[in-house]
Order: sequence, then C-alpha cells, then structure tokens
Amino acid sequence: MAFPILSVIIFTPIITGLIILMIPGERKTEVRMTALAASFIALALSTWVYFSYDTAAGGYQFVEKYNWFPPLGISYHMGVDGMSTPLMVLTGVVMFTGVLISWGIDDRPREFFAFLFILASGVFGVFASLDLFGLIFFYEIAVFPMYLLIAIWGWKVTREYAAMKLTLYLFIGSVIALIGILAMYFSSGLSTFNMLELETAGFSPEFQKFWFPFVFFGFAVLGGIFPFHNWSPDGHVAAPTAVSMFHAGVLMKLGAFAALRVGIMLLPEGARFHLPWIIVLTLINVVYGAFIAMVQTDFKYVIGFSSVSHMGLVLMGFATLNGDGMLGAGVQMFSHGIMTALFFAVVGVIYDRAHTREIPHLGGFSRLMPLVAAAFIVGGMVSMGMPGFSGFVAEFPIFMGLWRFQPWIAIVASISIVITASYIIRVIGRVFFGKMPEEFVGHFGDVTVLDKVALVLLSAILIVVGVYPTVMVTMVESGVENILRLLGGA
Amino acid sequence: MSISSEMIRAILPEICLAVLALLVLAYDLVWRGKEKRNLGWLTAGGLALVFIITLIFARPGDVSTQLWGGMVRHDWLGYSFTLLFIFGAAITSLFAMEMELLGQKGEFYLLLLVSTIGMSLMASSADLVMLFLAIETTSIPLYILAGFFKQDDKSTEAGYKYFLFGALTSAVMLYGFSLIYGFTGTTNIYAITEILVSSDVSLILAIGTLVLILVGFGFKISVVPFHFWAPDVYEGAPTPVAGFLSTASKAAGFSVLMRVLLTVYAEPDVIPYWVIIVAALSVFSMTLGNALALAQKNIKRLLAYSSIAHAGYALIGVAALSELGIASVVFYLLAYVITNLAAFGAVAAFWRISGSDQISDYAALSRRSPKLALFMLVTFLSLAGMPPLGGFVAKFFVFAAAVKADLIWLAIIGVLNAIVGLYYYLVVLKVVYLFRSEEEDQPVPLTRPYTLALTVLIIGIILLGTLFGPWADWSTRAASALFLGG
Repeated sequence: MAFPILSVIIFTPIITGLIILMIPGERKTEVRMTALAASFIALALSTWVYFSYDTAAGGYQFVEKYNWFPPLGISYHMGVDGMSTPLMVLTGVVMFTGVLISWGIDDRPREFFAFLFILASGVFGVFASLDLFGLIFFYEIAVFPMYLLIAIWGWKVTREYAAMKLTLYLFIGSVIALIGILAMYFSSGLSTFNMLELETAGFSPEFQKFWFPFVFFGFAVLGGIFPFHNWSPDGHVAAPTAVSMFHAGVLMKLGAFAALRVGIMLLPEGARFHLPWIIVLTLINVVYGAFIAMVQTDFKYVIGFSSVSHMGLVLMGFATLNGDGMLGAGVQMFSHGIMTALFFAVVGVIYDRAHTREIPHLGGFSRLMPLVAAAFIVGGMVSMGMPGFSGFVAEFPIFMGLWRFQPWIAIVASISIVITASYIIRVIGRVFFGKMPEEFVGHFGDVTVLDKVALVLLSAILIVVGVYPTVMVTMVESGVENILRLLGGA
Repeated sequence: MSISSEMIRAILPEICLAVLALLVLAYDLVWRGKEKRNLGWLTAGGLALVFIITLIFARPGDVSTQLWGGMVRHDWLGYSFTLLFIFGAAITSLFAMEMELLGQKGEFYLLLLVSTIGMSLMASSADLVMLFLAIETTSIPLYILAGFFKQDDKSTEAGYKYFLFGALTSAVMLYGFSLIYGFTGTTNIYAITEILVSSDVSLILAIGTLVLILVGFGFKISVVPFHFWAPDVYEGAPTPVAGFLSTASKAAGFSVLMRVLLTVYAEPDVIPYWVIIVAALSVFSMTLGNALALAQKNIKRLLAYSSIAHAGYALIGVAALSELGIASVVFYLLAYVITNLAAFGAVAAFWRISGSDQISDYAALSRRSPKLALFMLVTFLSLAGMPPLGGFVAKFFVFAAAVKADLIWLAIIGVLNAIVGLYYYLVVLKVVYLFRSEEEDQPVPLTRPYTLALTVLIIGIILLGTLFGPWADWSTRAASALFLGG
C-alpha cells in the first residue's frame, strides 16, 4: 500500500493540537512555532497531492481503506477527486495563513491553536471521506470547536450569542442530515456506508424525493443557504480573525461540498426534482446577500454578507445540474475561500490597529499599509469577477450554466455583480483612500512581516488561478465528469 | 447438589467482591485516622484485580447456562454488565478517597462493595425472587451512602428521599412479581414466558403486571415519571456516590429491564404494547430531562436531569427491539457510564477545593486548572454526543437502531433533544472557559487519585469514540445473549 498521504494530512493537525495542549501554557512562542510548522506540513502535503493528482485518469485517487466497524459496513475510507483536491489545498492555505495572522493572540494561545487544529482535521476529513459515517464524524469534529473559538476569543460584544447561534444552527443541520443518511443506509439494503457503493444503490424515486431535502438542507445550512444563512454573518463578525478566515473560507465550503456529495450525488433523482425551486432560494442568497452587504456600515458585516452572496453562487452552480454550472461552482469554492480568507485577514489587521470596524470612521490606510491595500484590491477584483482574477474563472461558467438552465435566473443573478462592485469599491475608497481620521494619525504603523507573508500568498493564488486557469479548471472538470455521470445514469 | 466449576465461575465476581469487602472490613480495624484513606487504594486496587479475574475466569461460553437451581444465568449480558459495575465501583472509590468524611471511613467502601455485589447479581439473576433480593441488596447500601454526610441536612434528606421512593417502587414492583407468580406458578424468568403463552392469562393482566414491574425498573433507571428523586438525591448525596448512582446503578436497572422485557414479555401479542410504553417513556424522559436541565444553576442537578435524558436516549434502543437496538443500548450505557463518571469526578474534584456545586462558581476554571477544564470539555462534549468521543458513536448507534426499526419519528425526537442537550452542556463549558472570576489566580490542584481516574476515563471516552469496533462487537455479543438464549 502506498504512503497514506491523506491520513497524514488529516491527522497532522489534530495530533499537533494534542501535542500543543501538553506544552506548558506560558511557553507561547513554542506553541506558535509548533502550530506554524504543522500547518506548513499540512499545506505542503496538500499542495503535493494537488499537483500529483492525475487529472487525465480522474476518479478517486490516493485511496485508503481500512475496516472500522465491519458489522455495520463502516470503514475508514479516504480518497480525493477533482472536486475535493482543490478544497484540500484551500484548507491547507487557510490554515497556514490563519496561523500567521493569529500570531499576536496572547490569551491562552495554546488552547486557541489546539481547538483550531482539531477543527482543521475535521475539515480535511470531510473533504477526503468516501464513507458516510466518516463524513458525518469529521463534519461534527469540524463544527463544535467553532463554539469555543468564537466564544472565547471572539469579539466581546456579540460572541456568546453568535457562537451559540452558529453551533445550534449547524448542529441541527447535521443531525437532520444524519437521519437522512441513516435512512439511505437502511433502505439501500447494502449495509454499507461506502458512498461509492451507495451511488449504485438505485434508490426509488419516491425515496429520493422524500429524503433529498433532509440531506441537502441539513448540510446546506453550513453552506449558508437562504433562509438558513442567518447564523453566518453573525458568526463571521464575532469570530477572531483566523476563525473568520476558516469559517468563511473553508467551513462554508464544507456545507456546500457535503450537500453536493451526499445530496446531489447519492440522490440524483431527488436533486432533479427539488433543485428547480431550491435554485430560487440560492438566487435570493446571491442578490439579497449582496444588497444587505451594500447597506452595512461595519466592515466585517460587509464581508460576512458578501460571503452569503458568493456562497449562493456556489450552491446555484450546483443546482443547475449541468457541467458548466458545476465547474464554475467547483472553482468558486476554491476562489471564494481564498478571497474571503484574504478579506477577513485584512479586516483583522485593520481592526487590531484602529479598534473599530465602522467604515465611516476609517480612512487613508493605503498610505500606512500599502501592501494590505493592494491585497484587498486584488480580493475586490476577484469578488467582482474581473477577468484576470480567479473570480472570473469561477463566475463565468456559473452564469453560462445558469443561462442554459433558465436565462431569467442568470439575468437576475447578474445584478449581484453590479452590487458587489458598488460595495467593494465603496469600501476600497473609504477605508484605504480618503483622509485618515485625526485620532489615528501617528498611532500605528505597517503590518508585521508574518501578516505580509500571509496576504501575499493569498493574493498570489488568486492571481495565478486567474491568469492561468488551466491549473484548476482541468482538475475540477475531471471531478465534474464523475458527477455528471451519476446524474446521467439516474 | 454437586458444585461444578461452571457454577463457581458464574458467581466468581460476587465471591471475589465479598472477599474484598471482608478485607476492607479487616483493614478498617487495623488502620487508624488518616491512614484510612488507603482503604481507597485498597478498594480500587482490589476491584482492579477482581476486574481482571472476572475478565479472564468468569467468561461465559457461547451458550448461556442457568445455574444454582435456575437462580443465576451465566451469559454475556450479565458478564459484560458485571465488568462495568466493577469498573464503576473502582473509579468511585478513587473519587471518594480524598473526601475526608467519605473516603476515610471504612463503611463507605464496604457499602460500595456490597452494592456492587447486588448489581452484579441483578445483571445475572434468572429468577424473580433472586432478582428482587439482588435489587434490594443493591439499593439498601445506596440509601445509606446517599445520606452518608450525617451533618449535612441535604445529604440526610437525599438518603431519606431515596429510601422512601425506593421502598415504594420496590413494593409496587414486588406486587407485580407476585401477580406473575400467581398467574404462572413459577418465578423463573425463563420459564414464565412459555407458561404465559400456553395458559390463558389475558393480555390486560399480562400488561398490568408489566406496568407494575416497570415502576420499579423506571425508578432504578430514573425515567420520567419516576424521576422525581434523582435531582434532589444527586444534589444532596456525596458527589462520588451521586456519580455511582447515576451510572452503575442505572446500568444495573437497564440490564434487568432488558432481560425481563425480552424474556418474560417476549410474547408477540404483548410486544407491541410495551414497545409503545417504552417509546413513550423515552420521549418523556428525553424531553422533560433536557428541558428541565436548561434551568439548572447547580451542576449536580444539571447532571441529574441530563442523566434522566440519557436514560431516554438509551430507551430508544430498547424500543427499537432488535439485536442492533439492544446492542446499541449496551454500547450506550458503556459510553454513558464512563462519561458520566468522569463528569461527576470532575465535579467532585472541583468541590473538594471550592466547596461549591454552583455552575457560576466554575467561572475561569480553565485558568485555575487547565487540565481539569480540559477533562470537563471532553466529558461534556461526549455527553452532548460530539465526535470523536464515545457519546457520538453511542447516539449514532441508538438512532441507527431507531431508523432501522422504522421509528423515524422517535429518532427525530431524539436528535432534536440532542440539540437541546448540546445547548446546556455548552453553557457549562462557556462558564468554564469564558467567564472571569475574582478567584482566578487560585489554582485547583488535582490530587493523584483524581488524575488517575479521570485520565483512565478520558482515554476510555476517546477510545469508545474512535476505535469503537471491539466495544461494539462486545455489545453485540451481550445483546445476542438475550436473543439466542431466550
């Protein structure tokens, strides 16, 4: 058997987390260095997986399978395809940059990094899981540390409320999905949780129509689907910077990804039946989210609602059920993950200095921190879907897919691009240019080197994917083919 | 009657426990004053030895046998539960030994061991008379233990209340037993079924006896509506005793509940009725237990209501009535016993330093003792059913059993309750990790018995949640004893 690289990626964070917990609390630098080293390993290995994935062959690669509990057909079964490989890299990047950005956390950094890394393991596990039990197992591991991370290190004003709201929403979603999964397990008669086998179970159309909403919405809650998106902006805002990055950058993809993998891929008939009306919900996500973002005055809420809007595009791309839409959604998951991590990193460094996030009270930051301004502008371009940036590579196919599905939805959805441009440009103009308020002048300087490394890395990825889309598109296409095969075969 | 080695092996754990009890009694006379604390090590070490002896020598064969004139049944169910009780008692004695008024008194350990003997017999008795005696052997020492702090009004109240409720429900249960005897002319659990089927005992009478018996069992496992004693008794009783009550004693109740329901009432006509009764008990216990736990300010009362809710979750598996269902109950109890012992252990460790059980006094515990806070984190998340901890796998199995038995509505009520549960467990963790307090620079040291016991339990919780295969196999084996041997 080959080197179990996926297991190494999945367990590196959690084992590091446990090691970190054993370091005495006062040795904060050691804690941080350990965290950085582990996140670098995870990043390097996931990048290696990305570039050694054979896109021509497609399918699930780096597969590992061990028995976990044979009587119920539970196995530890890992493997990545063209959809999940970019997400593994995304998680690696966000984890690495998240550690860099959180270097300054001084209150119990040991526990902070430990919980963050337990979460990261859960995320890796969900993306790589080919077993439904494993998927739900890692999914919950990814959810509960959020509560502690937000409640302990979050923004003092709303953290308790936001943390509890987020946890309960996500937990409700996951247990409802769990019931759906159990129903699938027992009615398939295969007594296996193996997704590859369940794909061929041939569930009856009535079964699929009844259970699809359970599974899809159960997971899509974490994807921020309207009307269950409410937890997300509150959670983003209350969370500390690295957690917001993780939350918006990676966790929301977890929801969309699981909804795709369990909902659409295992219950294709149900998907075909329900998605035409679900696409309307995602349309509301896209347009309404953008409008709400436009009227926010809190910098972080702007980004939070923009995430709701952009995640709507992802779910919408899936809901088209055609190749273009899926391809776009796949790239959008990666692109939005990096972009929103970048945004939250920028908001974080500004808030750390200005101690306010009210856009009217900010201004002139480009002079003090030119690199931060440049990075934010790159992110803004991605957000608006400008050619040359990864956002274009993602959104263009989504709109093509939408047009093929139903032209009027594409037209309505395209409104969001204009609105996005308006709020992004407003933020850039107000926060980075304009005049700096008196009380800030001379009080703080540029960001640290670590912050710069993080921001440069994030911006560079966005530009590379934008300029050279093949690097990602061929990968995602190979994953989409597999999904289309399932949809066609139904 | 000649005594075969099989007969000895069937009651080997009880014999060893009795020997250990005598040993404790003897050393209680030898050791004086502070030395008596060592009785805790003696009991825990002795129980560990008994555990190993039982594990190796008392292992039943694949075929269940009935021994000692049909009084005792030597099967995997009894064997598994006996091991669980011995484990629980060992952990409890470790928790208790640091408490001056509890752990330095020989009676405590003696009563604990006697009660364990009773539980072990409960799990393996095959006769109604034996069963009743075993239940009383378990309960009477527990009444005394609950009221062990004689100077403390609350503890006295707890002991008295527990005794009154226990005596009442025992009487009702005994009445049920006597009716069964009247109808069938036998007290052997395994003989009753056949006579019930062949004779013309009406369905109503059969269900009537069932209800009477369920009163007694319901008290032992503290399900709604027989739960009223639990919060008051847990609150007043010494914390290690409360932990023992809520874990081993409850598991013992479940073992007899499962055995009696699946053997005495295995008649196809009766089954649908008790499935409904059990499902109703389960729904009420989960819902009421969780709802009332929300309002608690005292951590022991919170754990009491949470334990009522957990009895409800476990009953889902009984209502599912399949081998998977019973196996899921056994696994659930295993996970629950280990987790809840850890919860009460953490509470005891904190109480020893602070003298308080108020949740608000747990503020800043993560600064005062990061280790204890971490133990509580793992424990409470396991109670809430989060992976990679035992509670998650246990809930997963129980819900899976319900879905398999087409009790989807019950599974949905269960998962909704799990969400309510998550809320109040998180509230406790919030206090521990988030809130500040004026005493936060005063550490909460953990002494060696606590560290040892809690570490064992935490490792157990994580093992049950990750490498759950062997444990689940074991549970399946215990469950099959009720199906194949019936």
